[in-house]
Amino acid sequence: MLIQQLVNGLTLGAVYTLLALSYSLVMGILGILNLAIAELFMIGGFIGFTLISAGFPLPIAVLGGMLGAASIAIIVEKIGYQPLRDAPLVTPMLSTLGFSIILQNIATNIWGSDPLQLPIFGEQFEIGPIRIGEMQLLVLGATVVLVALTAYIVQKTPMGRALRAVAENRDVARILGVSADRLMMMAFILSGALAGVAGVLIALHYGAITPYLGVEIGLKAIAVMVIGGTTRIWGALVAGPLIGIAEVLTVAYGGSQIRDFVVYGFMILILLLRPQGLLGGARSDQGQRV
Amino acid sequence: MSTYYASLLAESGVLLLGALSVYIILATGQLSLGNGAFMGIGAYLSSWLTVTMNLPLTLALVISAVFAGIVGAIVAFPALRLKGIYLAMATVGFGEMVRSFFLNFDTMGGSGGFRGMQHVGVGYIWLWAGGILIAVMLLERSRVWLEMQAVHDDETAAGLIGLNTVVTKIGAFAAGAAVAAISGGLFAHHNVYIEPANFGFERSVEFVLAVILGGSTVAPGSMVGSMLLIFLPEFLRPIADWRLAAFGSLLVIVLLVRRQGILDRSLIRTLTFRRAAA
Repeated sequence: MLIQQLVNGLTLGAVYTLLALSYSLVMGILGILNLAIAELFMIGGFIGFTLISAGFPLPIAVLGGMLGAASIAIIVEKIGYQPLRDAPLVTPMLSTLGFSIILQNIATNIWGSDPLQLPIFGEQFEIGPIRIGEMQLLVLGATVVLVALTAYIVQKTPMGRALRAVAENRDVARILGVSADRLMMMAFILSGALAGVAGVLIALHYGAITPYLGVEIGLKAIAVMVIGGTTRIWGALVAGPLIGIAEVLTVAYGGSQIRDFVVYGFMILILLLRPQGLLGGARSDQGQRV
Repeated sequence: MSTYYASLLAESGVLLLGALSVYIILATGQLSLGNGAFMGIGAYLSSWLTVTMNLPLTLALVISAVFAGIVGAIVAFPALRLKGIYLAMATVGFGEMVRSFFLNFDTMGGSGGFRGMQHVGVGYIWLWAGGILIAVMLLERSRVWLEMQAVHDDETAAGLIGLNTVVTKIGAFAAGAAVAAISGGLFAHHNVYIEPANFGFERSVEFVLAVILGGSTVAPGSMVGSMLLIFLPEFLRPIADWRLAAFGSLLVIVLLVRRQGILDRSLIRTLTFRRAAA
């Protein structure tokens, strides 16, 4: 069932795209790898899950996951990034790792380490030979809307222009009167909000969630970000579905376990041969300082 | 010594070697988040050598270390193109690839794991751990270490004064991989059971954690870090469920107030009542 596999791969890829976008917002603008994003995604999922279980409608659940993850992102930025932003880039990366350990532990204590189940959300449609769920359509639609919205914010709005100025050269941007502090915070908040939404969507799509979901999908999303290009928003839009489909196809036609081998192998090849990513332009030196 | 504490001590010896493997690579300014993979290579290869080939453990460990060292050099060579976070991301990818390889390596159990190794005690583990710690401390007094520090501080400048930065960086990766492999071999023969999940991202993170907490500028820092990571949970019994959160907070606090880790040169001097060298 090739077409069915493509549809499933596309859905998985959409989630990767959202999460990769979340990573690249912080990476592209501040040059740091925020390892707490995987856990913001997971916590966002749990919040959405809890709200749905409590009988709230879907939009409230998505909003809850988004706001929850974004607020934690503020804490991570305030404590884990701001005091360390002039340190070598690996230092704030390790402090976000600290937060990811804390968040995973908190989730385990609140929701337990066993997977939580929820009946699959929404109806299933049959379009010719393809079966597609309402939730799947929602994931795909939401991804397109959110990527377009993020691209609009970064490319067209005054805030986006300032963000790009900070990404280009923090000191010069500051001299020109851009409030770098506020913008760095904005980058974290935007990325947290995206991770939160992605978490709610994937939790409802799978109908199950565990505190370890972040590690599983977060590392994959980092690979997707690298493949698409760490500073390119459109890169994630191409790389996400590419990896999602490649993964689903290797599971269907190869072996079930070689997919990780393929994905990470591809990521390393890109890092070595085309560090700017598939769609990247000129090579950026962001993130090269140790 | 109760068997319980003996096993904690054995675990900290294994972790010390893992931490040292990160420390050696970090000394040249390269952060590896994939050393769990080298540990896995050591664990699998040494187990195969002792169980299937009937070699004595010490010989098996040496062969695994040499093999992992070669793999480390092969990995490091292309990785020379990458720095900082990009290198860290590539090592994460390498680690996941190796874990995924063992998951599919049906000859040695695949996802079911591998067993049948001879058990080794805490004494033998610390013979290795202590020996390698001393070796690294001796290395720290050598010219080679000065060159590694030079590459760490400013690679371009180190190259300009005629140091071979390529050899230094690859050598550090190979040495780190070899030490991680010994850690893996000892882990396998202490636990007498291994599975691919033992050598994933979280293991690599544990190594880095031990180095950063304990002290990333002196070798004994790795020992402080690994002791802390293994023994602190004992003192944290009352908050057992929140142990990891406590570790995470400790990591963040240490990074905020003491970036070089708990132990550094000046603290060692204070502790040993030695005056600072002029």
